[in-house]
Amino acid sequence: MAGLTVPTWDPETAVLIGTILLEAIALYVGYGGLERVFGSRLMQFLVGGDADAR
Amino acid sequence: MLGSLLDGLGILGTSPEMLALFVGFGLVVGVLFGFFGMGGSFLVTPALLMLDYPAPVAVGSGMAFVFGTAVIATLKHHDLGQVDYKLGVIMITGTTVGIEAGRASVYHLESLGLAGGVISVAYVVLLGGVGAVVTRDALKNDGSGGIDHEAADQDLSRYETPEIAKTIQQTVRIPPMVTLRGDVRVSVWVITAVAFATGLLSGFLGVGGGFIRMPAMIYAIGVPVPVAVGTDLFEIVFSGGLGSYLYGQGGGVDLGIVVPLLFGSALGARVGSAATAVVDADSIKIYFGGMLLIGAIAVAIGEVGAYVGSPTLELLGLVLVIGAAVVVAVAILYTTIASLRETGRQEMTAAD
Repeated sequence: MAGLTVPTWDPETAVLIGTILLEAIALYVGYGGLERVFGSRLMQFLVGGDADAR
Repeated sequence: MLGSLLDGLGILGTSPEMLALFVGFGLVVGVLFGFFGMGGSFLVTPALLMLDYPAPVAVGSGMAFVFGTAVIATLKHHDLGQVDYKLGVIMITGTTVGIEAGRASVYHLESLGLAGGVISVAYVVLLGGVGAVVTRDALKNDGSGGIDHEAADQDLSRYETPEIAKTIQQTVRIPPMVTLRGDVRVSVWVITAVAFATGLLSGFLGVGGGFIRMPAMIYAIGVPVPVAVGTDLFEIVFSGGLGSYLYGQGGGVDLGIVVPLLFGSALGARVGSAATAVVDADSIKIYFGGMLLIGAIAVAIGEVGAYVGSPTLELLGLVLVIGAAVVVAVAILYTTIASLRETGRQEMTAAD
């Protein structure tokens, strides 16, 4: 926790933290999409049968 | 910009071997985080320290990883309607002021020569108190304690408000009153007081404060458990983001570490979270406890190795800390697949 320590504006650091934020959002959306497309097929492969029953 | 990010043979200044290691370690940490709802991020900083990264880079990159993980987890809880932004904003304000007051108290006590003793006693009382309340409640409800994954998925309106929160809601009715998720109506002053108190303890003890904030939101404000979890994560996005920014200004955030770790952990968290619907968390809690103990021993071995200048001991520490996490993550995956296959077999037998 950073408390009331007031950070000074630094564009390079802002880009750095922004990159992490964007990556997190992209991963959430991307993996979510992959799960919807390949999730049931992956389950069938792992379980070796009726994954839709779950 | 891109040129500076992608330099050398590796990406982001990190060799392909290290990238693979970080993605793999992220995957393991993600499985643990997704399954237990906690207890993964704390492995990152010690592992980075053992990999010979300077302390500010290990702590700063660890914090940036927590920030990224909190963003992903908050998005998930947002989709499930489990983040109360009104509560979050009030909490952030009160917590920030409280943290600064806590820091000022530490410096004041330090000048009196009392800081060490008072902080130690506060730690014992606080941890003992929180532990006792949560355990008593878990035993009373015949539950398992901690965050119950099944409970976290149930309808918010079906949550029973703890007695102590009901008493506070009925006694303190100073306007303005706000209605929170789960139909909880409470005075803004109660939220501010809780946020200030948890921030004060957080600043006083020098800890992030999640372990204080979550029980405080549940027992003092009366919000349902999933809302407390989601709103706490929302707060971590801010505190982690600000902390990462401050470390980043000093060159403490290394994208070559954070990007691959997040890449692996976001996938692992989905797998771990899905596994909770299949495996009983209680059956693996013993592994989790063992992993924490092994992690502590590993860090100690690594520190001794660094102190006496023994690379073998340092390597042993690193292998132990990563090995313990890998063993628990594999145990979760193995148990999940075995349970799914067993269920599949039973369904086929029943169909026959």
